[in-house]
Amino acid sequence: MFVTAAIAAEAASEGEKVFPPFDSSTFASQLFWLAITFGFFYWFIAKVISPRIGEILETRQDRIAGDLDMARDLQEKADEAHAAYEQELAQARTTAGEIGQKARDKAKAEAEAERQKVEAELATKLEEAESRIASIREKAMAEVGSIATDTTAQIVDQLIGTSVTKAELTKAVGAARG
Amino acid sequence: MANDPIKQFEITRIVPLENVAGLDLSFTNSSLFMVASVAAASAFLYFGSANRGLVPSRLQSMAELSYEFVASMLRDAAGTQGMRFFPFVFSLFMFVLFANMFGMFPYFFTVTSHIIVTFALAMLVIGTVVVYGFMKHGLKFLGLFVPEGVPGYLVPLVVLIEIISFLSRPISLSVRLFANMLAGHITLKVFAGFVVSLGALGAAGVAGAILPLIMVVAITALEFLVAFLQAYVFAVLTCMYLNDALHPSH
Repeated sequence: MFVTAAIAAEAASEGEKVFPPFDSSTFASQLFWLAITFGFFYWFIAKVISPRIGEILETRQDRIAGDLDMARDLQEKADEAHAAYEQELAQARTTAGEIGQKARDKAKAEAEAERQKVEAELATKLEEAESRIASIREKAMAEVGSIATDTTAQIVDQLIGTSVTKAELTKAVGAARG
Repeated sequence: MANDPIKQFEITRIVPLENVAGLDLSFTNSSLFMVASVAAASAFLYFGSANRGLVPSRLQSMAELSYEFVASMLRDAAGTQGMRFFPFVFSLFMFVLFANMFGMFPYFFTVTSHIIVTFALAMLVIGTVVVYGFMKHGLKFLGLFVPEGVPGYLVPLVVLIEIISFLSRPISLSVRLFANMLAGHITLKVFAGFVVSLGALGAAGVAGAILPLIMVVAITALEFLVAFLQAYVFAVLTCMYLNDALHPSH
């Protein structure tokens, strides 16, 4: 190398040692030991270190990916369980509504039946009462004829002082009553 | 000279192997710190991933963090196909990072402060790009130098520029790392030298030494940032160049 030679010459002329990095007498030794040490180091990295650390990192990556998958599965299951719960809840709500409606309907029907029964009873009682009133009235009306006959007999007796026969009286009263 | 700022870059032999097939392959302080960086980085990553915990410990999450940092860098720059180069980029990043960080300890040698080391790493990257590019795409890999949508008469000029820029990549890649580490350590050493020199001048000198001391502290913090940043830049550029090998058409 030109530069090396120039510096070496300069150094030599001053009677000093060559600037060490440009001292070509050490090159062979440095290259030789560099080849040995770096050669070993390269071999060691390629055969031992690189596969080992690569494997560690891969294992970790796989594990993380696996864990994430598992978490996703569990999440899905949880979602499903939640959905099933919701559905069941909704169903229970519907059932409860139905049961309530049925109970309400039944109660209503019973009340209605009770009411009808009572009404029917009242109606029969009313009828009975009416028929009794009618019979009483009839009886009274029937008696009205005899009372009128008696009363008429007395009035006629008082007024004109004659007694009229019962048959005539009855005929006259019946004619008057229509 | 005790506070010669260049002395820290000197290479000293620990186990001399001075003539192996005509080459000086001595085990030096530089070699020692290469071994130390690799050992520390390997231990960090090995023990960090030893438990294989699903929930990481502190050490494990640091190791995972470095892994994912480089992995995402590479994936962003070169796509999923680029992941075949992951061990390469990861080891480059960790090696440069640990070498830089080791250099931050006082009296420790900085492996990456030598151009030959950074240049070798850069050539490794470019060599990988070229070899893989031709292997994968054959001669189509040369399409890298011909951007689409350029008018015909400009093509020769653009191709020339592209070739020069491609050839300068290993140089810029290596010099960037080397120069940053070198300059940072020299600056630290110079300011630290001021503190010592001024401190030797008596009371006034000690008072005057406070300023360079503050500077040393601040620059140390900055150098830690640079040590990380340069490892990061080296790795990012490696990713981008590898992307060229994977997808040569612009």
